[in-house]
Amino acid sequence: MSLHYTRRKAANLIAQGASVASALFGIIFLFWILKDVLTLGLPAVNASFFMELPAPAGVDGGGLANAILGTLMITVIATVIGVPSGILAGTYLSEYGRKSRVADVVRFLSDILVSAPSIVIGVFVYALMVKPFGGFSAIAGSVALAIIMLPVVIRTAEEMLKLVPDATREAALALGAPHWKVTVQVVYRGAIRGITTGVMLAVARVSGETAPLLFTSFNNSFWNFNLTEPTSTLTVTIFNYAMGPYEDWHTKAWGAALLITAMVLVVTISARFFVRGKAN
Amino acid sequence: MKNVIDRHKADKLGDSLFKGVSFFFAVSVIALMILIFAVLVKESWLSLKAFGFGFVYSSAWDPVAGDFGALPAIYGTIVSSIIAIVIAVPVSFGIAIFLTEMAPAWLRGPIGTAIELLASIPSIIYGMWGLFILAPILSEYVEPPLVEYLGFLPLFSGAPLGIGMLPAGFILAIMIIPFISSVTRDVIRMVPSILKESGYGVGATKWEVIWKIVIPFAKSGIIGAVILGLGRALGETMAVTFLIGNSHDISMNLLDPATSISATLANEFTEAVEDIYLSSLVELGLILFVITFVVLALAKLLIARFSYDGGRR
Repeated sequence: MSLHYTRRKAANLIAQGASVASALFGIIFLFWILKDVLTLGLPAVNASFFMELPAPAGVDGGGLANAILGTLMITVIATVIGVPSGILAGTYLSEYGRKSRVADVVRFLSDILVSAPSIVIGVFVYALMVKPFGGFSAIAGSVALAIIMLPVVIRTAEEMLKLVPDATREAALALGAPHWKVTVQVVYRGAIRGITTGVMLAVARVSGETAPLLFTSFNNSFWNFNLTEPTSTLTVTIFNYAMGPYEDWHTKAWGAALLITAMVLVVTISARFFVRGKAN
Repeated sequence: MKNVIDRHKADKLGDSLFKGVSFFFAVSVIALMILIFAVLVKESWLSLKAFGFGFVYSSAWDPVAGDFGALPAIYGTIVSSIIAIVIAVPVSFGIAIFLTEMAPAWLRGPIGTAIELLASIPSIIYGMWGLFILAPILSEYVEPPLVEYLGFLPLFSGAPLGIGMLPAGFILAIMIIPFISSVTRDVIRMVPSILKESGYGVGATKWEVIWKIVIPFAKSGIIGAVILGLGRALGETMAVTFLIGNSHDISMNLLDPATSISATLANEFTEAVEDIYLSSLVELGLILFVITFVVLALAKLLIARFSYDGGRR
């Protein structure tokens, strides 16, 4: 009898121990990675890292200024393409298509597209925009990132718009406002905070993407402000430098990794507080 | 009066315009999906015609002779993802249980956030960290004992290089843990507390409540979470590219270098100058897209039962 109890208690204890250990496992890797990115990246971050062009291969010094600008440029253009279309599509799902068949299909496909392999999106944009126009370009990279961003924005926009109570919509409609005005001036206002958060998370996510940029925006050792030319980005630079043979390249790659990681984490954490602030 | 009618007309126009535009963007997702399929099929047509179905089970990869087969890449994609699932599922499950049933309320937020931050770290950072930090540790401390004690298995008979199928699978596991554990946590949360309370009421331990009440109730959602993780692992690129070793040989040995569809694409796409080479690579992409589409669709159908549907049913 007592053996039976002991065994049950032991099983319970083992299971709980394993569960605590799993949580620790996850947290250890988070801090381990962050620690290495910080300690190995910091030595690379100095004024010339932000201000100068890359030095020729094998020569120490120089910076990644063009890659920083390239990442900014490509991400901003992707945001300009992806966010408005995503919000409008999300608006359709939430305001017009709650029970429609088309909306269900769009939801289903968006959820799949969110997790679809980003490298395949890169191949797709290569076939669509790089091959026919005869060269890698910043705009192709932006389109690839916009496609990756689109489903994320659609789903968040829909969720956030749905959180606005129907009574608010009805009140505005009862005053005689047309549906689109209700949506733009009442519903959007109620959901602006959530949508902004979702957009921030989507932007942070795509700014760390590498795979879709490898064969769209490609790489460039110089400044580039022309959207139809290959453009260097931090993530692709990390890939090339980390795979390369020079010690200085590795240091630079860690520096770029630190920059990208810090940006993504700051946005993710602040988005979290932003949402929590709303909940209270 | 005319004023009012004019305004009414303008409102109507505005309404149909706004609805039309938002409908256009919603439908563009469907169009995009179809376009992706169509473009991938069109671009891989050359290779589809040249190699036919044999592409899938041929292990040739000879860019010089123009002879290509997808088997090593498909094998690597599937095996590395299975390794990832085998490692990630128990851990994610433990995390989900910890976050829902065990942790005190003040600890749930911070730990949940920390696990989700793991998901926000870009894939390239995992790859770089894996190559420079994890691989040396694996080849020094983890793989030699594996070879020594489990070397009689064909799985662990090779040299401890630190890069290969197992390291790639391991880094994938860390990357998908946040996805599996957060979906599992949400599914477990949907288990009605009255069921759990009745378990505790008849004297069950926490583990018995979890194993005999929570899991059976949430089974299909948990399976969905695992399949979602699988879908993520299959398509993951940068981390795998750094760690899998990029060899087109198929080996039973998990410590040997291998390749995956995504790693092959990342490494060779910009080098492919011949049409047939490029076309074969696009066909690899098409295969990956089809596999992940099926896997993710399955996950979505399984999880859908546990998500809030707006009170429609």
